[in-house]
Amino acid sequence: MADRRPKVVGFCCERHAMDSSIFSARSGRTYDTGLRIIRVPCSGRVDGMHILNALEEGADAVFVLGCLEKNCYYDTGSVEGRKRVEYVKSMLSEVGLEPERVEMFNVSSSMAWKFPEIVSRMTEVARRLGPIGSGGGDGR
Amino acid sequence: MKAGSNLEKVFESGEFAVTAEIGPPQSSNPEPLTHHAKMMKGSADAFNLTDNQTAVVRLSSIASAAIIMKEGIEPVIQMTCRDRNRIALQSDLLGASAIGVRNVLCLTGDHQTFGNEKSAKSVFDFDSVSELYTFDRLRTEGVQSGGEKIEDPPKVYLGCAENPFATPYEFRAMRLAKKIAAGADFVQTQAIFDMDMFESWMDEVRGRGLDKKVHILAGVIPMKTAGAARYMKNKVPGMIVPNYIIDRMKKASDPKEEGIKLCVEQIETLRTVKGVHGVHIMAVMWEEMVPRIVEMAGLMPRPAPK
Amino acid sequence: MIVAERKPLDEIAEMIAPFRKVAVIGCRSCVAICLAGGEKEVNMLVSAMKLKNRNEGREQEFDGFVLERQCEKEWVKEVEDRILASDIVLSMSCSLGAQTVGDMYPHKIVVPGLNTKMFGVPEEQGVWSEKCLGCGDCMISTTGGICPIARCAKSMLNGPCGGSSDGHCEVNLDIECAWYAIHERLKLQGRLDLMETVRPPKDWVPSHSGGRRVLVREDAKLTQHQKRGEEVVE
Repeated sequence: MADRRPKVVGFCCERHAMDSSIFSARSGRTYDTGLRIIRVPCSGRVDGMHILNALEEGADAVFVLGCLEKNCYYDTGSVEGRKRVEYVKSMLSEVGLEPERVEMFNVSSSMAWKFPEIVSRMTEVARRLGPIGSGGGDGR
Repeated sequence: MKAGSNLEKVFESGEFAVTAEIGPPQSSNPEPLTHHAKMMKGSADAFNLTDNQTAVVRLSSIASAAIIMKEGIEPVIQMTCRDRNRIALQSDLLGASAIGVRNVLCLTGDHQTFGNEKSAKSVFDFDSVSELYTFDRLRTEGVQSGGEKIEDPPKVYLGCAENPFATPYEFRAMRLAKKIAAGADFVQTQAIFDMDMFESWMDEVRGRGLDKKVHILAGVIPMKTAGAARYMKNKVPGMIVPNYIIDRMKKASDPKEEGIKLCVEQIETLRTVKGVHGVHIMAVMWEEMVPRIVEMAGLMPRPAPK
Repeated sequence: MIVAERKPLDEIAEMIAPFRKVAVIGCRSCVAICLAGGEKEVNMLVSAMKLKNRNEGREQEFDGFVLERQCEKEWVKEVEDRILASDIVLSMSCSLGAQTVGDMYPHKIVVPGLNTKMFGVPEEQGVWSEKCLGCGDCMISTTGGICPIARCAKSMLNGPCGGSSDGHCEVNLDIECAWYAIHERLKLQGRLDLMETVRPPKDWVPSHSGGRRVLVREDAKLTQHQKRGEEVVE
């Protein structure tokens, strides 16, 4: 993805989340962004450390995508993922960064239409806020 | 006679005793104390001066005692373990005795998080039982907590509090037994609204023969509004107010009058309970009602101090 | 174990702000178990601080690492060069670790990244509760194995106060009343007679009230010979 901006990183669980991204790709969607998908076994495997490291390495926004909370392949994995995301959001607020740079979403395999929506939403956030330390993006 | 206080004499004479509470002001002005003392004089045998009640800073209970004694009424000073370690507690006991205070109520004290100095470091070197134990040894043997013998031990009549409505209920009579064993001469109870529960506590108290070893003053609180009743039920830990009392206050056309009536009825009921030797009236922020309540309850005139 | 909690990030940032090279040192013992100062937490803190600096256009260098036990000099000694290379040490250990580093390198400024809270136990994942105050004279044999000094807000010695409400503490209704718990435990064990004993005032000398405590075990101490590494000659 080189230096295409905005840079969005998505941690996607290999169950429902990856399925939904694959289905949406099959339906011919492309994204006008430097989206990088990181496939993880479960959204509950994503740690706050991974999210912060992604931001540190240059991501403008990060999302974690897991199964629907009541239909998680690993039962409570996506609930765990959400708690981690919430914690990172609170850390971002504490250091004066925009917590909306990081979000948690849930999908089921069949919701192929939702994946592009999530990517657009995070791309929009990333575009509006701009890279961290840049003094703001388009939205300012 | 242990201390020769008026309260002790009333108990010894077998009369039904009356004590009432005076809350010291949140200021250095002695006027409210003098005012209350004049107004309440003759309506009770002794008057409790609270010790920074609910952990709110107020004029000290011992200084308050000195002020009301000038008006010729007898104080019961409350001494909590929240703010003073054993050095200060024993020192204050000597000081109180020296200025003529003869009744002391030993309390652990409300936690400081309830008051207006929440950042305070708590002391709780003693609890109420170890306070009674220490004060009793000090007055009877002239021995300090640390073992040192003192001359001219304090002359004090020792009281404690008990709450029949706090958990575990089955421990509450045993707890009174502990306080008696530690040296309590009299006990003032938490305000009683649930007579059945109080009766079952008294059953156990009598069963253990405690009413023969300690003078029991049953606590009452006159209420001004149904809101006050609800507040006590819901917000004051260790207080039980049955719904029918709240309903009665709610339906009353004149809640203040109803509150007084209710209080008088409670006193009348409590007088019939075997083993109850008096009542303790806690008219918080409503002290001026005490003489009327005592009068209506048929407890006037009080025995003249000897 | 010792339970600690990370300080607010703005407080940490303010303490380290004037310094360029920051050594962030975690600990793999208690504070790792209570998710405050282990490897992951050190990593996250460094990330967050770097992001903050990037956002505010400030430059600082961070060197984050974790020791086996920060309160033991031997472990600290192993990373001496990294400590000495820093301008400030941000200790992500309990106060004991922070003070160990500070005492070993008195010229080095050592600041705490954690607030040391208590001697506590993990009740369940994410919940720790205080159970000991280190009073130095354990009395739980007489209280059903439950410590009233630490678990009662007023450290009562002779049973619950009048604020015990439905078995909960008047100070915080989410917390059980220690003496209610003691009563129930002793009842279960058929030892309610222990509730009736009047406990006289507690001797607080063995606690912190007796002054700072230093424990010496002669049988465990090294001899002068051993310290000098000499052979003992008969």
